[in-house]
Amino acid sequence: MVNDYQNYKTLILPSKGHLRNVSDYEATGGYKALKDVLAAKESTWTRENVINEVKTAGLRGRGGAGFNTGLKWSFMPKPDGGKRYIAANGDESEPGTFKDRVIFEFNPHLFIEGAIIGAYAIQADAVYVYIRGEYRSWINFMEKAITDAYKAGYLGKNILGSGVNIDMYVHSGAGAYICGEESSLMESLEGKRGYPRVKPPFPAQRGLWGRPTTINNIESLSNVPLILTMGSAKYAAMGAKTHPGPVLYGISGHVNRPGVYEYPTGMLITDLIYDVAGGIRNGKKLKALVPGGSSTPILRADQIDGVSMDADSLRTAGSMIGTAGMAILDEDTDIVDFLYRITHFYHHESCGQCTPCREGTGWLEKLLHKIKTGEGELRDLDLLLDLTTQMEGRTICALADAAAWPVRHTITRFRDEFEARCKKSVFAFA
Amino acid sequence: MTYTFDSEDLKKIDAIKAKYPTVLSASMPVLWYAQEKFGHVNNEVQHLVAQTLALPESHIHGVATFYTQYFKKEMGKYVLDVCTCFSCQVCGGYEMLHHLEEKLGIKVGETTPDGKFSIQQAECLGACGYAPMLQITNDVYVNHLTKEKVDSLIEDLKQDKMPEFESIIPPQMQNS
Repeated sequence: MVNDYQNYKTLILPSKGHLRNVSDYEATGGYKALKDVLAAKESTWTRENVINEVKTAGLRGRGGAGFNTGLKWSFMPKPDGGKRYIAANGDESEPGTFKDRVIFEFNPHLFIEGAIIGAYAIQADAVYVYIRGEYRSWINFMEKAITDAYKAGYLGKNILGSGVNIDMYVHSGAGAYICGEESSLMESLEGKRGYPRVKPPFPAQRGLWGRPTTINNIESLSNVPLILTMGSAKYAAMGAKTHPGPVLYGISGHVNRPGVYEYPTGMLITDLIYDVAGGIRNGKKLKALVPGGSSTPILRADQIDGVSMDADSLRTAGSMIGTAGMAILDEDTDIVDFLYRITHFYHHESCGQCTPCREGTGWLEKLLHKIKTGEGELRDLDLLLDLTTQMEGRTICALADAAAWPVRHTITRFRDEFEARCKKSVFAFA
Repeated sequence: MTYTFDSEDLKKIDAIKAKYPTVLSASMPVLWYAQEKFGHVNNEVQHLVAQTLALPESHIHGVATFYTQYFKKEMGKYVLDVCTCFSCQVCGGYEMLHHLEEKLGIKVGETTPDGKFSIQQAECLGACGYAPMLQITNDVYVNHLTKEKVDSLIEDLKQDKMPEFESIIPPQMQNS
């Protein structure tokens, strides 16, 4: 739990104005972590030590799965002389998530520095930055920043005279939620339809172009320079014990001050809604909250007291932190409509490879459409719940799970509202 | 019309190919490039891209049809992608979409007879805190929509005045 958040000084968000120019970023201490690492690469900052430092800091992936970033790096096999890659995931397509674009726009070099350090640590030759195609404006920011970083000698051959060579490229998506899934992202980078791959082999064994690859979220890599600057012990002490560090909370929906906020993990949900985001707009009451993007289970207003934004607290409460993109819903929200729209999204975005997902997401949408329009029957609710168990865990990637969870938990937690819509009295005439 | 790449285009396409270890990987960026040039990637443009990259046309067609941002047919000059997903749904996204439909006299998926506007319903565009919003032809985001804002946007676009990129500064940065 975080008590003194009012005095928190942001680390990812610059304190004033954007830091898109290399010189502005350097003036705030930028690229110092990279310089220190490369200067001491034979002593303090060997590749193993960098990986260990990030592992000890306890940084957990900010893209949704929450896996320890340093541990993921350590899965890379020993170099065999061939190419190795980092794919930086800036697909940011999970509904409710709009945080990485803030890094692209206001602090792109923080990400670039983190990605270079990461590439050094796992001996990657190149970093491919995958950004969703809709973010054209933010892709432009990144391309400019990368060009500038090359000019300043932070990228390319023999970086800062260290003998280390790292290239960085931007790859634009073209509108497909599934490409945020790591193996689909790699397929997309290879120029194909974004069909997720069967695992194993895992990306560290066979990733991009069949070579060892690590996929990290943009925000995760942006935390790396912070860890090296403040030290893993100090970083590990920030925010929630088992899920430390700063997080970009994307707050949207029915609040007075929506936006992206940076605070340590473990913020009380009630503090974020009522203090940080200025409370529910138009003086309404809170009805529900989706804490970390559309796939994370919805929480009723009576379920959030004392719950904080970190993996453990949210798991206990019956949800997940996901991307920390919080959607706040007021008392007037039609929860049946809301869930129907989510099922439409997953049906639209299913890649179509696996039957339980391709067909299941369609049936979820059809049944919810039936209920939403007043044609539903009570047994449809149990059919929906049954469908979710037949989808979950039976597909190549987690899209089916992501589609199933909101249905299961929204129906379970708002059953009375769904039942009311299934009763024919909706059409009674006075 | 016939679609061709000139020598300048081919130079740029070579630069794209140099970013990747395989030619296959150039499929998406070259489709993007072609769409920038021709406004869409219909079957003939897909054929051109396949020929240029010496890849099977079936592959390029497969890629073009998988991703929603590639226009597989000619679209209006301004394609208005209105987000109605999730946060935008509960913050008035549909209201904006329906207002736009009424104003332009066309429905989602249609193009005005003068070829100026197309309307599409978009899935989450990653502007959830600034809902409701729309995107113009895969480019600029227009945030915090109201009916009045939609009206003036349409008037501007009729005179080919594109809105500029709007930088939305996170609240914590505004205070400092």
